[in-house]
Amino acid sequence: MSGNSAGPGAAVIVGGNRIPFARANGAYARASNQDMMIAALDGLVARFGMSGESVGEVAAGAVLKHSRDFNLTRESVLGSRLSHTTPAYDVQQACGTGLEAVVLVANKIALGQIDSGIAGGVDSASDAPIAVSDGLRHTLLASNRARTPMDRARALTGFRPGHLVPEIPRNSEPRTGLSMGEHQAITTAQWQVSRESQDVLAAASHHNLAAAYDRGFFDDLVTPYLGLVRDQNLRADTSVGKLALLTPVFGRGDDATMTAGNSTPLTDGASAVLLASPEWAAERQLPALARVVDAETAAVDYVNGDEGLLMAPAYAVSRLLARNGLSLQDFDYYEIHEAFASTVLVTLAAWQSEKFCHDRLGLDAPLGAIDRSKLNVNGSSLAAGHPFAATGGRIVASLAKQLSVKGSGRGLISICAAGGQGVVAILEAL
Amino acid sequence: MRDRYSDLVNSRSGKTVAGMLGLPRPAKLRRYVPGQPLLVGAAVVKGVAGAPLLPEIRQVLASMAVPDVSDAATPDVATPDVATQDVVAAQASPSPAGPSLSRPSPSGSAPRLGAVVIDASAARVIEDLESLRAALAPCLRRLSPCARIVLVGTPPESLADPTAAATQRALDGIIRSVAKELRGGATANLIYAGQGPGAALESPLRFLLSARSAYVDGQVVRVAPADVRAPTDWSRPFAGQVVVVTGAARGIGASIVEIFARDGAHVICLDVPAAGEALARVANRVAGTALQVDITAADAGQRIAAHVAQRHDGRLDIMVHNAGITRDKLLVNTDAEWWGSVLGINLGAQLRLNEVLLDPELRGGLAEGGRIVSVSSLSGIAGNRGQASYAASKAGVIGMVQALAAQVADRGITVNAVAPGFIETEMTARIPLATRELGRRINSLGQGGQPVDVAETIAWLAQGASAGVTGQVVRVCGQSLLGA
Repeated sequence: MSGNSAGPGAAVIVGGNRIPFARANGAYARASNQDMMIAALDGLVARFGMSGESVGEVAAGAVLKHSRDFNLTRESVLGSRLSHTTPAYDVQQACGTGLEAVVLVANKIALGQIDSGIAGGVDSASDAPIAVSDGLRHTLLASNRARTPMDRARALTGFRPGHLVPEIPRNSEPRTGLSMGEHQAITTAQWQVSRESQDVLAAASHHNLAAAYDRGFFDDLVTPYLGLVRDQNLRADTSVGKLALLTPVFGRGDDATMTAGNSTPLTDGASAVLLASPEWAAERQLPALARVVDAETAAVDYVNGDEGLLMAPAYAVSRLLARNGLSLQDFDYYEIHEAFASTVLVTLAAWQSEKFCHDRLGLDAPLGAIDRSKLNVNGSSLAAGHPFAATGGRIVASLAKQLSVKGSGRGLISICAAGGQGVVAILEAL
Repeated sequence: MRDRYSDLVNSRSGKTVAGMLGLPRPAKLRRYVPGQPLLVGAAVVKGVAGAPLLPEIRQVLASMAVPDVSDAATPDVATPDVATQDVVAAQASPSPAGPSLSRPSPSGSAPRLGAVVIDASAARVIEDLESLRAALAPCLRRLSPCARIVLVGTPPESLADPTAAATQRALDGIIRSVAKELRGGATANLIYAGQGPGAALESPLRFLLSARSAYVDGQVVRVAPADVRAPTDWSRPFAGQVVVVTGAARGIGASIVEIFARDGAHVICLDVPAAGEALARVANRVAGTALQVDITAADAGQRIAAHVAQRHDGRLDIMVHNAGITRDKLLVNTDAEWWGSVLGINLGAQLRLNEVLLDPELRGGLAEGGRIVSVSSLSGIAGNRGQASYAASKAGVIGMVQALAAQVADRGITVNAVAPGFIETEMTARIPLATRELGRRINSLGQGGQPVDVAETIAWLAQGASAGVTGQVVRVCGQSLLGA
């Protein structure tokens, strides 16, 4: 595929909406994924005057999902002000969910299969699904299969008190048992990322996000929800000095550099992005902020191989640049998801590393450095928080608006995801 | 919020008890529902002296299918020599719905009257007022609940002769007194119609006769000859039009949004970003658009215009300035911050937005023939203890409306204000009980108004057909004693 870049079929981003992100067990402690997804959709509908109207499809998802939410996105559509004739499906690619949903919708628009669509994502770390243990589940299923009361009684004798311990979702990789932070701590140590550089990045994230709120940048990107008006995790008055006081939570000894301040907190929230063909947007006199140029997904072997869990975006970007004939410096804005400050810093270091670019990416020369003043200019996940599946929508809408405000240029999005994956994309001003 | 006293004295048993104790019983006001008959009962149309506007008034009523029971045998135009007789029923009229009148029933089979319209525009001498009395008095005994009295006069300030001016000004005193005399939710209002082609009369007449003006009582409205655009459908006067409503997330603003949407407009619902959740609900309810903008931001006007330019071919028909805050404190205790925030939001922002949106060069600004309606307040007319800042801003709105109306008249743009009295909202629900009860009762209708009453009045002023009404402040107060 030749990255159908600026072709006439390319999808444009009309706009986006999200609810302010809340810290886990904070403002949205009692909101479900569906509640939040509906709120994000309804805010989007109100912004574009689409109450009662239909779009080609809605693609969205959540990472932490209750079994009852098997059709989360469609159910959210039915609860929203969109027309009930709007089809919907769930997407799940860990933290890449939101961006992958954008790619899916954009591709269908580019192919002419639909003329408009909404991509989104939602996650609640507060209203997490707690499951019964496998032991209890097997016992109950066996009892359910039983045909006679005797069989049923026999099946229930399989019950043990230990079965009552519930299964609570954990932020860890099933194949390594390590949490994401523990994985990243290994990578951080490998790349020798200093504590201070992480804190500097975290402070910049908060300051950039606060400044964007103050100048009204989010007035048409965020709709308050349940009394929350700005992201709950935002600390406008934080500083490198304050962040330096925090005790590391990941890593060991001298390598323990990752703190609660330079790692994203567990967060609740939802986002949605309206995409369309340029014609569809023009007919409805809706804005077109930016074009979806191309996207790429990569995965690394962090289980048996020696690559870091969150390094896949470094590979994906390299391939994406090659396909589009671009250099890493050909961008006006870089949106690198701040899973951890060190994720961003390691990714940047890898692109500058001759060895990494040669050995891992197969390049003759390193991709090089970027102008740090173009990085996460309106803040990113360290400040806003990171409701896993909602982050992609947050970034796409914000970058599209930033490009529209500038009136020209190109932006690169890079999002790392659990399972050693990474989703990256290019947006371009119209 | 609920008016529990009214609920009680209007309940089946409460009615009896209230009657025995002689307690006032506020009537349940008839409010507009699309498709309802204009009046409960028939109308009587009369004139005194020359009554040059009678044909037009009759035509308006006929176009609204109102049974006219002005008896053919009775001269339409009474003179001091020919005493006006009580009209006799010429046809059956719809029987009045709703509670019975507190007045004694009229004798005979005379029909209940839904409205009495009297053209007194040619009255020039004191004797004409006797004709008016003789024409009006008998009708007052036969009014339906929520009946309408509308007097049409000539602006006294347009008359050089002292006797003529005095006679016309007398109408003001008459209508205000009659409004206080009426019971059962009936209202009385006066239109001073300027000289010239009279078509501009239709819109105020329709409004004051209809249930849309439920809480407008004892008011005087001036209408000048104008280039009137009558709507093709009076029930959807805003079809194809775009209106911006500030402060749209709740209370009166949300009601304004609903009324404009009901009457055909696309509504851009504007409020501060912090009110976005409620704003989105309001906008989605009417398939409008939510626009989160702080009107005090330096670029607020440009952002509104840019939105209109992008989404509505750059055509903004109506701007409703409803956003407002209160920071109540005695002046002696008010600091610069509170003072500034009230004046900045309630007045400064409106002035700045108007300046931007009235720039004829600006795409997305207010269209030629557009409408500006501002929400003032009785506090801005009467003042209120502890509300010096609020009263300053709301009085300032009146000054703005009057000056601006003259400035943009040549562009066919009208600028008006409504001054709500006691309206049942979340804001008034927070007033302490005793103060709240007083505020509610000290008006001729004995009750607070609803947000929809303010909204209907704003929508009326914003109609194309209201071109003759500009620079006016219409009180929506049930003829409150405050500032009257």
